[in-house]
Amino acid sequence: MAQPASRPVFAPWNDPAAKPLIQFKSVTKKFGEFVAIDDVTIDIFAQEFFALLGPSGCGKTTLMRMLAGFERPTKGQILLDGKDLADVPPNRRETNMMFQSYALFPHLSVWENIAFGLKRSPMPKGEIGPRVEQMLKLVRLDKFARRKPHQISGGQRQRVALARSLAKAPKLLLLDEPLGALDKKLRQDTQFELMDIQEKTGTTFLIVTHDQEEAMTVASRVAVMDHGKMIQIDTPDRIYEMPNSVYVADFIGDVNIIKGNAKPTGEGRFAISWAEGQPDIAAASGAGIAAGTPVHFAIRPEKIAISADKPADRANAVKGRIEDIAYLGNISTYKVELANGAMIKAQVANDRRLARRTFSWDDMVWLSFTDTAGVILMK
Amino acid sequence: MNFRRILLIATPYAWLVALFLVPFLIVFKISLSHYAISIPPYSPVFDISAGWEGFKTFLSKLDFDNYRFLSGDDLYWKAYLSSLQIAAISTIITLVVAYPIAYGMAQANDEWRPTLMMLVILPFWTSFLIRVYSWIGILSNEGFLNQILLGLGVIDTPLAIMNTNTAVYIGIVYTYLPFMVLPIYATLEKMDGSLIEAAEDLGCTRISAFWLVTLPLSKPGVIAGCFLVFIPALGEFVIPSLLGGSQTLMIGKVLWEEFFSNRDWPVASAVAVILLVLLIIPIILFQRNEQKQREANQ
Ligand SMILES: Nc1ncnc2c1ncn2[C@@H]1O[C@H](COP(=O)(O)OP(=O)(O)OP(=O)(O)O)[C@@H](O)[C@H]1O
Ligand SMILES: [Mg+2]
Repeated sequence: MAQPASRPVFAPWNDPAAKPLIQFKSVTKKFGEFVAIDDVTIDIFAQEFFALLGPSGCGKTTLMRMLAGFERPTKGQILLDGKDLADVPPNRRETNMMFQSYALFPHLSVWENIAFGLKRSPMPKGEIGPRVEQMLKLVRLDKFARRKPHQISGGQRQRVALARSLAKAPKLLLLDEPLGALDKKLRQDTQFELMDIQEKTGTTFLIVTHDQEEAMTVASRVAVMDHGKMIQIDTPDRIYEMPNSVYVADFIGDVNIIKGNAKPTGEGRFAISWAEGQPDIAAASGAGIAAGTPVHFAIRPEKIAISADKPADRANAVKGRIEDIAYLGNISTYKVELANGAMIKAQVANDRRLARRTFSWDDMVWLSFTDTAGVILMK
Repeated sequence: MNFRRILLIATPYAWLVALFLVPFLIVFKISLSHYAISIPPYSPVFDISAGWEGFKTFLSKLDFDNYRFLSGDDLYWKAYLSSLQIAAISTIITLVVAYPIAYGMAQANDEWRPTLMMLVILPFWTSFLIRVYSWIGILSNEGFLNQILLGLGVIDTPLAIMNTNTAVYIGIVYTYLPFMVLPIYATLEKMDGSLIEAAEDLGCTRISAFWLVTLPLSKPGVIAGCFLVFIPALGEFVIPSLLGGSQTLMIGKVLWEEFFSNRDWPVASAVAVILLVLLIIPIILFQRNEQKQREANQ
């Protein structure tokens, strides 16, 4: 998704010969009895843009803090370039972290905050000034260089924190919600800047975000976490199209989840019986599923078509009444109630003006989708 | 402005006028009078019954003779200078002793902090005078300190600490330590720990992170603590007279002797007025610092 089709595919995680830059080897982190990180094993490769996604309190910051050197794993090993990091203090690690709380030095100006790390590096004095100016320009804060952190806005502070962590161009950059306080336009611009920096410097990024769209746009791979565990690590498109669990499907984007029992109907084909009086759902899956297994069927709203008449060519079609229409500008979401009371969401692009839309409240419509549009999930 | 607002603003001013300005004016007036063997021991004495004419003769008899006398006699200047020196040195020693204490307190576990705080304040629960007297018991030639050192064989003859400036320094540092510890602790305690982590992340060692981040951020507490120690130490009287020797020259002691031994109230008052002027300078500086800090926090 992040890469245009013309570029060679960047997928070192599929290459068994590739050496990961960072390795988490069954890392567990406990605070007292509380398990913040639960037996996590991941490989992150050089030049990746790795996004951590998960609900608040699932351990994203803790994972980063272990990489930066502020927390020690209770069990397991973290390797950078094949070397165990356990005894390397934070100031000797080739990582820089952007803190969720920004942690700007209140007694130093914006300029001095950004220069702070450079002054502690072997960089010659004469090069520090231009580098800081470059960073200021990047985050569009040239005019605020002389101000103290308390004299600028929250979004500007966030950009100072970002610039400060980028300034040293470290091997590994840890960004803890770097763009949360920015407006959409500036956020998108900064996302592209980050991708640009990443391309130019070859820095590896580990980024925490609450914004799935952001993860989808910038990441080479996404890790979805829950309660300190890695639930799924995959490319953004696979996370979206082929979630491995109801949790991931539900966490990323909008989804209809239908509970039912599967029975095989042919090579990789299944029928899911899910409600009295409703036709079975025809679905495809690569997994072998025994007859009568309880499963969840997950389908994204935009994969469901909506029409006045029953389409002849679709594998699945159900009839219902439009209960609600949510107009979101470029798309509209229709909530359709089926005869058995089940609510299904369908999303349609608004390619016509509002006044000329075909359907309105209480219309009876057909919802249809192909047998490969959704996925069968076992957990 | 409504009545409540006026009342609210008037209250502190009323207190200041009653407890500071009026006594100051009385002292200032006495400093302009002359010594006399009478009760009160100075003249002229203001007599309301003499009316307007009496007031004019009263005013005409006031002059700055005592100030001229003070500037002529170098005992007083030496006393002022020596007070400034003793106050400044004690302040620095107090800072050096207090900073690690405050730092340790701020690093301690949450559940320990109230206890540590209590321990710092605990000495205030007994009389200041008793605590200074007990230092005599510790520092004198037959005191605990010398007993212990002699007993351990570290020294052969008792150390003469009592009745020297060293004893005065010890007394002042001991007495005013909490005034230095508490403001420094207050700034260190509210400091965001992630700042140190950020500094380390950007390449600082523990020590350079302390110099570049912790110390500058605790500056307001250090300044407040220094003033809180320096100002009372400058006018200190009890400690130098109990622990200091004959060569310990402090203006508080001079003041006391003028007042109670010589019974020369006018000169004593002039000494007090000059001391006040000397103190007002650091107090104004202190106020400025507070003001700046408040603005910075907005
Ligand atoms: N020093 C600590 N002591 C005890 N518990 C901690 C500590 N640090 C984190 N935790 C706990 O570990 C869990 C994970 O915290 P973490 O900060 O990693 O969450 P997060 O995923 O970054 O959340 P958010 O999205 O809200 O930032 C939380 O439940 C938190 O309460
Ligand atoms: Mg966090």
